[in-house]
Amino acid sequence: MPRVVVDVMLKPEILDPQGQAVANALPRLGVTDVSSVRIGRRIEIEFAGQPDLDRAREIADKLLANPVIEDFSITVVDAADVQESHP
Amino acid sequence: MTARIGVVTFPGSLDDRDAARAVRIAGAEAVPLWHDDADLHGVDAVVLPGGFSYGDYLRCGAIARFAPVMETIAAGARDGLPVLGICNGFQILCEAHLLPGALTRNQHLHFRNRDQWLRVESAGTAWTNAFQAGQEVLVPVKNGEGCYVADERTLDELEATGRVVARYLHGNPNGSLRDIAGITNEAGNVVGLMPHPEHAVEALTGPSLDGLGFFTSILKHLAGAPA
Repeated sequence: MPRVVVDVMLKPEILDPQGQAVANALPRLGVTDVSSVRIGRRIEIEFAGQPDLDRAREIADKLLANPVIEDFSITVVDAADVQESHP
Repeated sequence: MTARIGVVTFPGSLDDRDAARAVRIAGAEAVPLWHDDADLHGVDAVVLPGGFSYGDYLRCGAIARFAPVMETIAAGARDGLPVLGICNGFQILCEAHLLPGALTRNQHLHFRNRDQWLRVESAGTAWTNAFQAGQEVLVPVKNGEGCYVADERTLDELEATGRVVARYLHGNPNGSLRDIAGITNEAGNVVGLMPHPEHAVEALTGPSLDGLGFFTSILKHLAGAPA
C-alpha cells in the first residue's frame, strides 16, 4: 500500500536549539566540517484506500505542522517509485 | 451573583486543581470543565491550565486544540468570552490561533523551574486590570517549551498595540523573543501567560500572593470594570 510521507521542518528563520546541540556535539566525534544541523519530523500516513493527497495536505496543515513556525512537504512513497508534491 | 469561572481538564492537565483553587481564593466559583464535553455550562470565563495535555505529543497543545471543549471556547473567545491560558494553556491558545506566534523548545534545552520576576506591561486586559501597568510581580515559572517566537512584524504589532501583557525581568528563563512572558488578543479578552500565577496565591506554598491579581482582575472585569 502506498504511503504518504509528510516531512515537517522548522522554518529557516526559527532557531533550532536541538539541531544546534547536535551540531555542537559533532566535533566530539571528530567531525569538524559540518556547518549546520536542523532537526525535523517525518510522519508516515497510510490511507485505507488510495492515498488522498488533498486530505493529507489538510492533515499536515491543520495538525502535523504548525504553519507559524514550520514548513512541510508531502511525498507519496510506493514500493519502488517515488513522486514528489509540495503544498 | 458569584462569577463562575470554568477550568478545563484535558488528559494530562496538571494544574487544573491549583487553578480552580486560585479562582475560589479570588472569590469566584470554580466550575470544572471536561475536554470531551463541548458544553461550557454557562461559565462567565475560562482558564486553560498548565500541564502536558495529550502528553505534549506532536507539539505542545496541538492535539488539545481539537478537543470538543476547545471548539466552543474558540467560538466564545471570538465573541468576547474571557479566556486565560497558563503555560500549556498558552500553548493551546497559540495552536488554536486565538493568539499569534508559537511556543517552542527552551533555547538552552533545559526545563526551567524557578520563581520569576515579571513586569506586567498591560493592565488593559480582562485578566490584568487589577495591576498597574509596569507593576513587578513574582510568580513561579516551569516550562520546557516556553520560548515565545513570532515573526518580526507580529512582534512589532504586539508591542505597538500594547498586547505584550507581561515580560520576564532579571533574566529570561527560556529565550522568549523580546522577553515576552504573556500576550493578549486584540480585544483583550484572551490572555496567554507562560508563568503560573495560580501557584502564587497563598503564602504557604507560593513565593508571593502576586498571582492572585490575575484572578481578581477577571472578577473586576465581569463586574463591569473597563477592561
